[in-house]
Amino acid sequence: MIPLLTLDGVAAGYGDGSVITGIDLSVGSGDFVGIVGPSGSGKSTLLRVLLGSVPVSAGQVQRAADARLGYVPQVEQIDWDFPVTVAQCVLMSRVGGRVLPWASKAEKADVSRVLERLGIGDLAGRHIRALSGGQQQRVFLARALLAEPDLLLLDEPTSGVDVRTRHEIMHLLGELHEGGLGIVLTTHDLNGIAAHLPQLVCLNKRVIGAGAPHEVLVPEVLEATYGSPMEVLEHGGMRVVVDVPIDARIIPIRDRSA
Amino acid sequence: MITIDELLRPFQFQFFQNGLVVATIAGALCGLIGVYVVLRSMSYIGHGLSHAIFGGFAVSALAGVNVFLGAGLWGLASALAVSSVTRRRPIGSDAAIGVITTASFAFGLAVLQLGGGADVDADAALFGNVLGVTRGDVWIVSGVTLFAVAVIFLRYRALLFVTFDPEVAEASGVRVARLDALLMLVLAASILATMNVMGVTLIAAALVVPAVVARMITSSFSTMLWLSALIGAFCGFVGMNLSYHLDVASGPTIVLVGGSLFLGALAATGVRGRARLGSVAAH
Repeated sequence: MIPLLTLDGVAAGYGDGSVITGIDLSVGSGDFVGIVGPSGSGKSTLLRVLLGSVPVSAGQVQRAADARLGYVPQVEQIDWDFPVTVAQCVLMSRVGGRVLPWASKAEKADVSRVLERLGIGDLAGRHIRALSGGQQQRVFLARALLAEPDLLLLDEPTSGVDVRTRHEIMHLLGELHEGGLGIVLTTHDLNGIAAHLPQLVCLNKRVIGAGAPHEVLVPEVLEATYGSPMEVLEHGGMRVVVDVPIDARIIPIRDRSA
Repeated sequence: MITIDELLRPFQFQFFQNGLVVATIAGALCGLIGVYVVLRSMSYIGHGLSHAIFGGFAVSALAGVNVFLGAGLWGLASALAVSSVTRRRPIGSDAAIGVITTASFAFGLAVLQLGGGADVDADAALFGNVLGVTRGDVWIVSGVTLFAVAVIFLRYRALLFVTFDPEVAEASGVRVARLDALLMLVLAASILATMNVMGVTLIAAALVVPAVVARMITSSFSTMLWLSALIGAFCGFVGMNLSYHLDVASGPTIVLVGGSLFLGALAATGVRGRARLGSVAAH
């Protein structure tokens, strides 16, 4: 498999400081990678480096010449009151083609096709705010897919959605991956998302561990990543990460008033 | 009670015809550009740029240089100074705009006082004056409007993408910095072309009010564009007529018509409109 993106000793950040340093990572079209780590560990920055929107201060990023990337931002970054409909939002990714403001028949058909594929074909004329959390996520997935990417980058795709919607989104991403699409996503959800992915990268400013869940979801790597001890249990063949209660640190709530 | 004859009387004067055409076209122009100004949270830039331009107006008027050229270059230099200070120093762009553009405005006032600018109609530049509108202004505002419409038509998709989601737009191949510069150029040209009829102190309202009213009425970007232009044109037309009949400077009457429409939209759209308005304010 030829890598689409290769990071070699990359450091990047905003302003003078580096958020991530010494990152070595290779992502190909057949990969399905989850980036996990605590808040402020540089997950979103790493994703933006892959996207090319954050410049690197050290190291090299090599992108395959014909690689097309799709990006799904965090829902918190979206202005849901912006005056656009679902179809108008999805069509934005066709920015480099036709000059005329209105969509051509072919473009309308393409938008309809990708919306149907994601199960939101009947929502094309709706304002983006008038959607459920899962539907909103699908709109931005549709926008990314309309550009026919080789690699899809998603920043916290299941942030703020309920369990059912999380399952729907992950099934959808699984189907897209089976169809040959490379996927890299960031997540805070170790048990609901990360444990189900084929490959994980544990990040805290640098890569702490990388590999399959059974290789990296281990107490040593998790403690080094999160700075706090964690236990890993087996449940139905899956890894389940739980916090380790530390008696010395945790004061029972009922005793606090004493 | 005012009669039809009295209402139509100003239309026989050439200066009023010029002023009315310029105010209507300038209103539409400001309404059109205002959509991007409002949705991109550039209201303060529009406000600051119009004030900064007054410095250039004062200097070029006293020096006998073409006012549009002098004020335009001054405005461009101010915008670049804001951008430079924001990039190099740990202060926000709003603070940089506040310092640089207000200083430029104050400089203009000082220069006019010290330079003995008795021949320069500073009040007209500050608050707008229908008497100051010439046939040349009609051509200038028409040209700038055609330029703005052409830019918006030809770069509609990229401007929409950058306004909504600049990071992904950049990653999708849109040259955001270049597009931002183009938008600033259109904004500066619009302010210059509108200066005579609106006055630099009130141009920001002409940019913001029509777009805000349009946003309260519609949730479609393309509808917001033409609706905002239409509201701006209406404000310009009605405001200019009121300016004549009330004997008040044109800038304030145009802005007050816009303010009345805003209150009307607020009352008519109720909670729905206020929610949209909240999104504009928080943007």
